[in-house]
Formats: sequence, structure tokens, C-alpha cells
Amino acid sequence: MTRARSLSRSLTRALPVAPAVVLLLLFLAGPIAYCAYIAFTDLQLTGQAEDSFVGFDNFRTAFGDEAFLNAVWLTLVFTVISALLGQNTLGLGLAMLMQRASKPVRTLTGAVVITAWVLPEVVAGFLLYAFFRREGTLNAILDWLRLPTQNWLFTLPILAVSFANVWRGTAFSMLVYSAALNEIPKEITEAAEVDGAGGWRRMWHITLPMIRRSIGTNLMLITLQTLSVFGLIWVMTRGGPGGKSQTLPLFMYEEAFQKSMIGYGTAVALLLLVVGSLFSVFYLRLLRTEV
Amino acid sequence: MPVRPTAARPARPALPTLLALSLAAAATLTACGSGSGSDPDTIKVSFKQSTDNSIKVMDTYLADIKKQFEKANPGKKVEFVPIKAPDSEYYTKLQQMLRSPKTAPDLVYEDTFLINSDITSGYLKPLDPYLAKWRDWKQFIDTAKEAAKGEDGKTYGIPDGTDTRGLWFSKDIFKKAGLPADWQPKTWNDVLDAARTIKQKAPDVIPLNVYTGKPVGEAATMQTFEMLLYGTTNDGNTDPLYDKSAKKWVAGSQGFKDALTFVETVYEEKLGPDVSDALDPNVMTRVRGEWLPQGKLAIALDGSWLPQDWLPGSGHEWPEWSDELGLAAMPTQNGQAPGKVSMSGGWTWSIPAKAGNPDLAFEFIKTMQTKTNAQKWYVANSGIAVRNDVAKDPSYVNAQPGIKFFTDLVASTHYRPAYPAYPKVSTAVQEAMEGVTTGDMSVEDAAKGYDEELRAAADDQVIEK
Repeated sequence: MTRARSLSRSLTRALPVAPAVVLLLLFLAGPIAYCAYIAFTDLQLTGQAEDSFVGFDNFRTAFGDEAFLNAVWLTLVFTVISALLGQNTLGLGLAMLMQRASKPVRTLTGAVVITAWVLPEVVAGFLLYAFFRREGTLNAILDWLRLPTQNWLFTLPILAVSFANVWRGTAFSMLVYSAALNEIPKEITEAAEVDGAGGWRRMWHITLPMIRRSIGTNLMLITLQTLSVFGLIWVMTRGGPGGKSQTLPLFMYEEAFQKSMIGYGTAVALLLLVVGSLFSVFYLRLLRTEV
Repeated sequence: MPVRPTAARPARPALPTLLALSLAAAATLTACGSGSGSDPDTIKVSFKQSTDNSIKVMDTYLADIKKQFEKANPGKKVEFVPIKAPDSEYYTKLQQMLRSPKTAPDLVYEDTFLINSDITSGYLKPLDPYLAKWRDWKQFIDTAKEAAKGEDGKTYGIPDGTDTRGLWFSKDIFKKAGLPADWQPKTWNDVLDAARTIKQKAPDVIPLNVYTGKPVGEAATMQTFEMLLYGTTNDGNTDPLYDKSAKKWVAGSQGFKDALTFVETVYEEKLGPDVSDALDPNVMTRVRGEWLPQGKLAIALDGSWLPQDWLPGSGHEWPEWSDELGLAAMPTQNGQAPGKVSMSGGWTWSIPAKAGNPDLAFEFIKTMQTKTNAQKWYVANSGIAVRNDVAKDPSYVNAQPGIKFFTDLVASTHYRPAYPAYPKVSTAVQEAMEGVTTGDMSVEDAAKGYDEELRAAADDQVIEK
């Protein structure tokens, strides 16, 4: 095959992909690059005739802004409680229990958990708003048990929204872990059982190491999902009261669209992207070792 | 089964077609909604649609105008682009649409609260050339004309009414608490004392509602805070928020702290709704849809437009409201002249700078603002007339109870300093209010926080008083 022919051939082969690449550049890379540029300007939605380049001003403002630091802290709390502790462990637990459960129990649990996952974010938000509000279901139950009631969205907003996110997101982790657990060959577990390893030991020394990759993937995916949760919190608390549940996406929305500071809001979005990448790098390293 | 490389062969002749199709698709996608001016015979009108599905006041009114307009201008069409969102999100959506000629409608409904900000951004078209040729413009009252004027002295919107604010109270609860049915408080303390009495004598109702905090947005700033703040001045004329002569925002004033103290008192002494209810974004709907009609709230500091929700056909009919509720003007802090305070705002119809059919859009405004149509609108949305000929018309004055009371307040009303920094200043006010409402901040700290935010929002154009 001559060089010219091979070139024309690879060109012909690239041709079908070209429209997709053009579209990607146009609709994905374009806006992202534009956003990155805006983060270095003082662009406003309204109240300004012309915007100008301001360098790192927006980032300096962010790190000097108490509300921003508060949002960073709350984002970490929200992510750790709802993704790392909640969804991850609960998903794993459910997947393990379902391995042993009878078929009807398995189907029923699966259906319930997955319903929460399939519901649109806003609907889930309203459901949990109704659950946690002062006249809500949770308080009705507590009242029936003669326990003290309170407006959870007001007294413990970040915990309430974290719980909501666990409720909604557990299904995803459960599916990932169920798939992983099914992959473990039965002989290995049986051999360990014959060797006299108890349940906890089997989990610690066999199951967990064998699904380590799935744990990593799951953690990475749910962390990234959780970092960007907006609708759920917006519907339940709007970030309040007094910013007590204002995570980074809500803070960004407020700055960009309610205070019209598009430039500043975009800078915050970029910082959120950085937080996400840091988490990703951490998980990727975790996955690479010991393989 | 592995796919044989030759399998792709038959598709080869189709490739150029495929590519052409994809590019065509990309082109259509990028050009979607190609300009409001694409059709010179159609005008696109954007307005704020109520988030409450049962309330169709605006929709009904506009449908009627559309019919009249299309009949009077054969061949021309009106297309509505309603935006169904709460206030703060409506502004955002609108501003995004105004940025590009592809999405800008021909006519938009603008809150006077943001109009200067949008004028500065170059989103709106000056209407002076049209106004010079429009006879009805002379009928509009001067204060209303000011509301839509830019800092360049040009006019950018036609006001479709204004509003005033005052105290609504339940005569029934007042009777139970032994308070007079013709209650007219003279000072802030009179208001608080009445609330304290109600708390004692009728413990199952909310004595007094004042909006507060970020969840209700501008309502907290205007219906509560400014109604207090503008009552702290000595002469009733100086603007306690913005110094017009110095062109600077006012920081560190005693009046600001006093107004915050009032809010703190209401929530600290539990004279208001439960704090968690007060900071619920839906509290405004509850006040007019639930608390007032069901007799759960004794006094509400609120706007003149409340009855629009209670009119027949509005979805929450409550025709008895005029017998069951009393009206009182909000007093100044210590009863100093002029004795009462009100704030006014309102909305205007404006033509975007990037509109495709501005001339036709102005024709539509003219149809909306004939005397008959304007009057119909004031009555339908419980607005206060900004046209002299309507204000004098007895059929308007007697159309609804309350119209006279709120129209009379226009004499002692104030307009907000709606300069470009105002929306940010307003958010800073709400943050300070929220701080004292939850008890997280002392009045001193909240006021200090406001001063800092103010400096940032106003680019240091601040004066200490």
C-alpha cells in the first residue's frame, strides 16, 4: 500500500467522525473555553455597558469572601456525608444483602431504591421537602413516637439535604456494587468458607479487595455527581437559612444570576471544577496502586 | 462476531450526503430562533406569568389586547413569550434573552427595580422619538415618568400602573384583642404594641407579618425594610439610602440600625410568624392565599395589589375581604412629619435594543395604554393609576374598595434609588435582615456587614452618615 493511498484511506475513515468532532468543538469545547475566558473578566448580566479583563481579581475576591469559604466547607461536608459515607456504604451494604436475599425481596428492594434514582431531581426535592418540613411526614412519625419535633430544613439544613441526596443516589452505588459482586467467582468464596473464614473476614480479605476497582469507580462518579447537585438543594432550602446549606453550585448561581456577576460566578464554577479534578486525581491514584 | 472491515464499504457513497446532513443540522442548531425580527408582521411579547396556575390576570388582559390589536392592524400578529418564574428568576431569564438579537423579544415587561440596570447594559431602546408623537403621554403623572428614566434623561419604558404599601389588619382579630376597628397607628411603637396585645389576647394567630431575608428577595427590602427606613428621616424628603446630591450610597446611618432593630424585635419577641416560615420562599403566597383569608394573621405590612388574588375569577375568591380587613398607613418612626410612609414601584413596558420590530411594538403599547384599556388593567391587577384621566374617573375610584386609600398614599410615597447598583444593595439589605431574624447576628454586626457589602456593590461610592 502506497503512502498516498494509506493517507486517503485514513482520511476517508476519519470522514464519518468529522461532523461529530465539529459539533463537539462547536457546542462543548467552545462554551467551555468561553467560560474560562469570562472567569477572568468582570462581565455582568446587567448594570454594565462594557466588560473588561480583570486578571485574577475574581479568584482573589473568592478567597477573601467568607460566603465562598463557607460554601466550600459546606460542599465538602455535603460530599463526604452524602456521597462517601451515605451512598457508598449504604449502596455496598444493600448490594451485599441482596446477594443473599430471596428473589422477591431482591426485586422489591431493587424497585424501591431504583424508583428514587429514576425520579427527576426536582420531584425528589419536593418529596423530601414535604418529608422534612414542619408539618411533614418525619415530624408526624416523631410525634407519634412522642419524640420532639422540629423544622429540620431550618435547624439542620445541611444534614437534611445530605440525607435527601443519599436517598436519591444510593441506587446508583447499589447497581455498581451488585454488578461487581456478581463477578466474584463462587469458588473463591466457597474455598474461603471451607478454610473457616467468617463473614467479616471474607468481606475484608476477599470481597473488598476483589471489587476494589468498582469501589474506586463508584467513589469517583458519585463524588463528581454530588459536587454538582443543585436542584435538590435549591428546591428544599434555597441554600438557607442564612447560607447554612449553600454549597458551591448554589453560591455560584446566586452570584452569577441573582447578583448578576457572571464573571465572578464563572470563576467560582472553575474553582468547583478544580475541586472535582482534585478528587478525581486522588481516586485515580488510589486505583493505580497495588494493581 | 467481529465486524469485517469490508462491511463498511456499501455505506461509502452515502458519506458525503451524511456529512452534508450533519453540517446542515449543526447550522440549524446554531441558528435556532433566528431573531425576533425574522417576521416583520409578528411581534413577540414577553411578560411574567404567575407561578400560581389559577391566577391568569395578566394572561386574560393580554389576550384581550391581542384581539384588539390584530383587528385594528390587519395582517399583523402578536405572539406571546411568557416567562413563568418567581420574580428573581424572571429578571435573570429576561436579561439572558435581551443579550442576543436571536432571543430578544419585541416588547418586554420590566420591573422599575431593574430598569436602570438594564438601561446601563444597553438592553433597552430609548422611546423619546415615539413619545414625542404620542398624545396620551401627557396624561401620565410625573413621578411615574421618572421611574423609567435613565441617567441620560431619556425614557425607556411606559409605566402600566404603580403601587403603594400599607398595613392590612383583620378587624375580627382586632375585636377579639380589644383593639379599635378604625386602627391608625401613629408610631412604630403603636404597631408593635398592637402586635404585643394580639399575642397576649389571641395567642393562636400570628400578630404581625413583615417579610424578611433572602428567600423572598426584593419583597423583604421594599415591603419591610424601606417602609421602615424611609420613616426614620426628619423631614420625610431626604433619601436615607442614596444621597442624590453627592451621588453616593449611604452607609452607617442610625436609621438603618433602627429599621433592623424593628425587624429583630418582631422576630425576637415572636410577634411575627415562626422564623422558619418567615424564611420559607413560599411565604408570600401563604400570606395572601392562606393566612389573611383564613384569619390566621392579624396585621400584614404588604402591597396594594393583594386584592388581585381575591377578585372573582382569580382562583382564590374572597369578596368579603373589604369587610373583614382594615387598612392603615404605615406610620413614621416617631410620628414625625408627614406622619405616614409608603414606597412605590411598578412595572413598565419596554422595547429591547435588539428588538426586530420596535415600531410595531410601540403600536402595541399604544393599544394597551388607551384610557379604557389602562383603566381595565389597573382594576384587574389592583394597580394604582398613573394616568391623570383615569385617576380622576369615578368609575375607577369606586371600582374596588381600597383603591382610594392606596391612591391617597401616593402623596407620601417614595421611589427606590433604582440605580445599577441597587439590586446588589437590596441583596445586602436582605442578608442583614436575615441575620437579625434568625438571631445569628446582632443589629450592630448586621449593619456593619451591610456597610462592607455596600462598599463592594457601589464601587466605593459611599458616604457615611
